[in-house]
Amino acid sequence: MNFDFSPEQKQLRDQARRFLADKCPPAAVRAVLEGSHTHDAALWRGLGEMGFLGAAIPEEYGGVGLGHLELCVIAEEIGRALAPVPIASSIYLTAEALMLAGGEAQKQAWLPKLASGEAIGAFALGEGVGRVTEASIRATVSGGKLSGRKAPVADGEIADVAVVAAREGGKVSLFLVDLNGPGVTRETVTSIDPTRGQAVLVFADAPAERIGAVGDGWRLASEVMDRAAILMAFEQVGGADRALEMGRDYALERMAFGRQIGSFQAIKHMLADMYVAATLARSNAFYGAWALSTNAAELPVAAATARVSATEAFQLCAKNNIQVHGGMGFTWAFDCHLFYRRSNALALALGSKSTWEDLLIDRLRQRNEAAA
Amino acid sequence: MNFDDTAEEAAFRTKVRSWIDENAPKHLEAQLRRAGFASSGGTTIEDSKAWQKKKYDAGYACPSWPKEYGGGGLSPIERVIWSQEEGPYAVLSGLFTIGVGMCGPTVMAWASEEQKRDLLPKLASGEHVWCQLFSEPASGSDLAGLRTRAERTTDGSGDWIINGQKIWTSGAHRSDYGILITRTDPTLPKHKGLTMFFLSMKSPGVEVRPIKQANGDSAFNEVYFTDVRIPDSQRLGAVNQGWEVSLTTLMNERLSIGSGMPTGFPELFDFCMNLQTEDGPAVNDRAVRSRLAGYAAKASGLKYTGMRAISALSKGETPGPENSIGKLVAGAMMQDLAMYALDLQGEAGVLADPAQAAAGARFQAMLLRSPATRVEGGTDEVLRNIIAERVLGLPGDIRVDKDVPFKDIPTSGRAKA
Repeated sequence: MNFDFSPEQKQLRDQARRFLADKCPPAAVRAVLEGSHTHDAALWRGLGEMGFLGAAIPEEYGGVGLGHLELCVIAEEIGRALAPVPIASSIYLTAEALMLAGGEAQKQAWLPKLASGEAIGAFALGEGVGRVTEASIRATVSGGKLSGRKAPVADGEIADVAVVAAREGGKVSLFLVDLNGPGVTRETVTSIDPTRGQAVLVFADAPAERIGAVGDGWRLASEVMDRAAILMAFEQVGGADRALEMGRDYALERMAFGRQIGSFQAIKHMLADMYVAATLARSNAFYGAWALSTNAAELPVAAATARVSATEAFQLCAKNNIQVHGGMGFTWAFDCHLFYRRSNALALALGSKSTWEDLLIDRLRQRNEAAA
Repeated sequence: MNFDDTAEEAAFRTKVRSWIDENAPKHLEAQLRRAGFASSGGTTIEDSKAWQKKKYDAGYACPSWPKEYGGGGLSPIERVIWSQEEGPYAVLSGLFTIGVGMCGPTVMAWASEEQKRDLLPKLASGEHVWCQLFSEPASGSDLAGLRTRAERTTDGSGDWIINGQKIWTSGAHRSDYGILITRTDPTLPKHKGLTMFFLSMKSPGVEVRPIKQANGDSAFNEVYFTDVRIPDSQRLGAVNQGWEVSLTTLMNERLSIGSGMPTGFPELFDFCMNLQTEDGPAVNDRAVRSRLAGYAAKASGLKYTGMRAISALSKGETPGPENSIGKLVAGAMMQDLAMYALDLQGEAGVLADPAQAAAGARFQAMLLRSPATRVEGGTDEVLRNIIAERVLGLPGDIRVDKDVPFKDIPTSGRAKA
């Protein structure tokens, strides 16, 4: 049994960690938080140049052609560093959708640019408050023109291309839309995590090309989101680990009542519980990575498990990190809130935790019924 | 990344499988598969001893022990593969868990060569059942606060005389031998005046009394020592080195890899699939699904944490500290899950008669037994301390009694003046 990453994959992780430590220190995240941009363009270009963005994209489409396990270890480091870049939208979702169902011309047109970072992709599903379901998709396509309103769209204000779910002849399909083309209006919206931008996109007869078969949109979107959920779970695990480390370091350094606060069991036990959650989440993410890299029949179960577990771990570690820091944790100057913001934003991206809990149980049920 | 055996592992698995197929007591299989939580499904001690002896003769009783001590001389990963394949028959070995898992390794580390060759094969074969005499009424998590006294005789024999009381001794009533930690010097600080022995449980002056547990069962005992004489040759480690010796035992207690604690999740999921409500099976209910998903993610996390540890063994590495979370997660989860299962049963959740209660009263039994899981072998709080201190590197507790002579430490009913 070898349920672990290979030495080469671990080396890649170290390389990504060093790169991000250099190019994406907390000050870089803070610059986006406090500035007028919603991502770090120089960091994004650097990630493209290093081949990190194209890790799982085949060489014939301008990628590095490594694989998804490699992308998983990179995602973990992105999460640790809270990198303010549109990697989830562009790589986990848009590139995956194209690789899964894009036509040859669509792949040739966009994958090389996504791999290099020259173009940014977005994934536009939801249309307002509430759980996103197939029935909630109201945008329409008629005669190759898309109309409707998508909100929120992560990284929508900086994206060049979007994968959009819309109805054509009443059936939901996915469409590729050039966001720099006609008929597209964008509006940036403030969010709980300004280091990953959110936008409202309004389409009025915007040219749209279908991806995949007619009426296959929801199934395809689910498949793409499963793959993205596993990659995002690694981001969440990376963030959880870093938040735990911050809490631990502060507990060692901060003195109160004449001793290190980390010597109080109330603090120790809180940190131990964070470690437990982060460990369970990491093991479940490994399970997801295995399923993703082997296209296992269990992928839907593994994705939902990894997603639920990682969401829980990152939220717990980020909120308790503030608790360990006490009042200092609630200052703008300390970095705790960056993790708190990101953990809660990632918990909602791709559909909320309760959505994934539902999916997990559906899928376990299907698996059990298939086995019976 | 894969779950595949290496060629050698696959060959070993095939060998083990066919051996089990030829040798296992198949007439007990159905019974053992039904064996619920902390029960042996109605099988007998004779059944257990017969299976242990068969395994011993083939080298599978203690797969990774050296052959000269009754082991199979197999690698750690082969031990894991063995336990994966043993399946329901592992229930039969419950009687020997303490001996094989804790007493054996302690004897192996600290006894004389002659004693090891004498004692360990009989322990491995199931001829002798062993127990661990550590906890006392006044020293649980604070094990080093124990008070059972060992005093040298004055007759020049060098023998020791033991007086005191142990508690929570699993299987003492069925044991032939025990390892016993005692206080030999109360004028030293508490960790420094302890000494370890092994003794025959048939020794004069040893009295075993079953404890009636909160759930009505009696799997644990109190053991009283009244002027019990132990020869000095049965001392394990030096005089006053007992704390160090006990750490060998306790480390082995927490180092069970690949066995996987039960969480109760598959049973609860199954129950929710079958429990009919006005809106169809309970699993259709969104609140139920949310709760189940949380349990599912934990159970899965434990399973794959185990897989990571096994992978480390497979590569010849030592598993990381992540394995220390098993009991902490599984114990609390099982208790919570049992309460939830009863809640889903409505008022009838109160019934514990297997003939009347839902799911054969499985969840009621789980509810009543689960508090023990969170206490035995290290309480949840001790386990959190271990994770915080040994994994995360946080400071140990401030111990006000650390450098005080044991006899001067305030105790319950004897507060500091």
